[in-house]
Amino acid sequence: MFTRSVLATAALWMLVAQATVADDNPQLGESISSTDLILVDYTIMPDGEGLPDGSGTAAEGSSVYQQNCLGCHGAGGKDGVNDVLVGGLGTLTTDRPRKTVGSYWPYATTLFDYVRRAMPYQAPGTLTNDETYAVTAYILFLNEIIDEKARIDADILPDVKMPNRDNFIWDYTPD
Amino acid sequence: MAESDNSPAAGNGLLDRRFFLKASVAGSATLMSAHASSSDRPDWMRGPGAPMSEIGAPSKHEAHVRRNSVWSKPGTTGVGISLTPLELLDGIITPSRLHFERHHSGIPAIDPDEHRLFIYGLVERPLSFSLDALSRYQTISRIQFLECSGNSGASLAPDPVRKSCSQIHGLVSASEWGGVPLSILLQETGIKPQGKWIVAAGADAAMMSRSVPLDKVMDDAIVALYQNGERLRPSNGYPMRLFLPGWEGNMSIKWLRTIKIVDKPAMTRDETSKYSDLQSDGIARLFTFPMGVKSIITSPSHGLRMGAPGVYQISGIAWTGAGKIKRVEVSADRGKSWADAAFDEHVMSKCLTRFRSAWRWDGSSSVILSRATDEAGNVQPTRDAVLEGRAKGNFYHCNGIQAWHVGSNRVVSNVYA
Repeated sequence: MFTRSVLATAALWMLVAQATVADDNPQLGESISSTDLILVDYTIMPDGEGLPDGSGTAAEGSSVYQQNCLGCHGAGGKDGVNDVLVGGLGTLTTDRPRKTVGSYWPYATTLFDYVRRAMPYQAPGTLTNDETYAVTAYILFLNEIIDEKARIDADILPDVKMPNRDNFIWDYTPD
Repeated sequence: MAESDNSPAAGNGLLDRRFFLKASVAGSATLMSAHASSSDRPDWMRGPGAPMSEIGAPSKHEAHVRRNSVWSKPGTTGVGISLTPLELLDGIITPSRLHFERHHSGIPAIDPDEHRLFIYGLVERPLSFSLDALSRYQTISRIQFLECSGNSGASLAPDPVRKSCSQIHGLVSASEWGGVPLSILLQETGIKPQGKWIVAAGADAAMMSRSVPLDKVMDDAIVALYQNGERLRPSNGYPMRLFLPGWEGNMSIKWLRTIKIVDKPAMTRDETSKYSDLQSDGIARLFTFPMGVKSIITSPSHGLRMGAPGVYQISGIAWTGAGKIKRVEVSADRGKSWADAAFDEHVMSKCLTRFRSAWRWDGSSSVILSRATDEAGNVQPTRDAVLEGRAKGNFYHCNGIQAWHVGSNRVVSNVYA
């Protein structure tokens, strides 16, 4: 009986769901396997949802940085030809605001998300999860946000409070 | 032509906006009575011309009309911009080959047969769509603008930059965008009640990603497949891109690959560390989505040269993320007096609107301005108003009034009014 009632409920639910699709919708979407979903999903939320297994420390991240990031971002995350990652704290209200990971970015999860999807620029996708955690930790350490020995993982990263976290407001109000 | 149409509509020689409409009738009559002599044909009339061809191309005499300021960040070849040559174009449609570019890791060479759009997250049924599949859905097509939120940032420089109209404002273009309303695909996947935002990401090497509120998506977002009647150009997201009418261009994710339905924004790098608006008090505004009401005189403009004193057309483009442009006023006396410009027939929502005024230039030093008003009542602000409360170096969402100086030496240059 139990099975039948579940099936009946499922059938009813499918009917309801079908009813919301317009008649002229050819319904050609193909179902995605849970394996494929894991492969295509890179989104990491500020509460840590989406962060993979693995961990790293700034000490480990230093060598990842020297090998993969130094060329564009410079020694210590400063003075590179591309985006400055370190410093700038207290400059946002001056005549020369310097927006870096440490002085501006509101969420530490964003750093992991961005490195994993887009960096290193010439070969994104080549860092392991451990290396990505480690280089994230290194950049946070350079900004004096975490200790050099602190081990960063999926549980700890969302709790890292960024210095500029409270200085953002929303210009958009959802309905 | 009626006497009144030739009379000034505002100071320093601005004429009634019907001037050109009346003048064109008189002009065609003159043409009909002027016959060319058959004995002195130019070369191209002395024999048959070139044959037909499969792909058209602009005249070789127009080879100078190209995107300008093509630039990439140091250490990269694909993080940069190229600009639409606004001052060399007319009308409202940007030829696809001249649409501005802003890429974050180059243009991916996507095989359309292998590309999929994945929709998942807070949905009843995660689904993927091939290009072939999407091509069978009911599509809609609209002519609308796309503007980078960093457009016109050069107008914030302390002193007016010596740059052309397109070098300052060329991160805006308009196209006919055709595709499948994203709402139709989301009906098919179903959305769980907690779903309030989507996170869209591209198939470029940076997987550029932005969070978009679901109410905008259900309102007018499309998965665009066509641009100006042909498949998207690779530089505009081939084979499919998100298109969000009226909102900052960065959100209209090119090479669209994934859409995840979520309950709150993901706070991606490009919606927090970039494309957020820092104020002078140190507070930064997130999610500044719609592009503000704006107009630019494209001709005459910096770098173009005036001919002899006489009647000129002042022409430009106006647009707003809030809907339709209601009015554009033009001044030829640095804002002391204004006259309404005329519009072409096409005034469409979230699209460029072409405006035109007639100006009898007496050859003297003059400053010309334009000021747009949209149907929501928003009036284009002055440059000073745009600067108010803004942090130094925040170059997003600049829609201030642009002034051009027309010199007695016939040189047109960028100035601040």
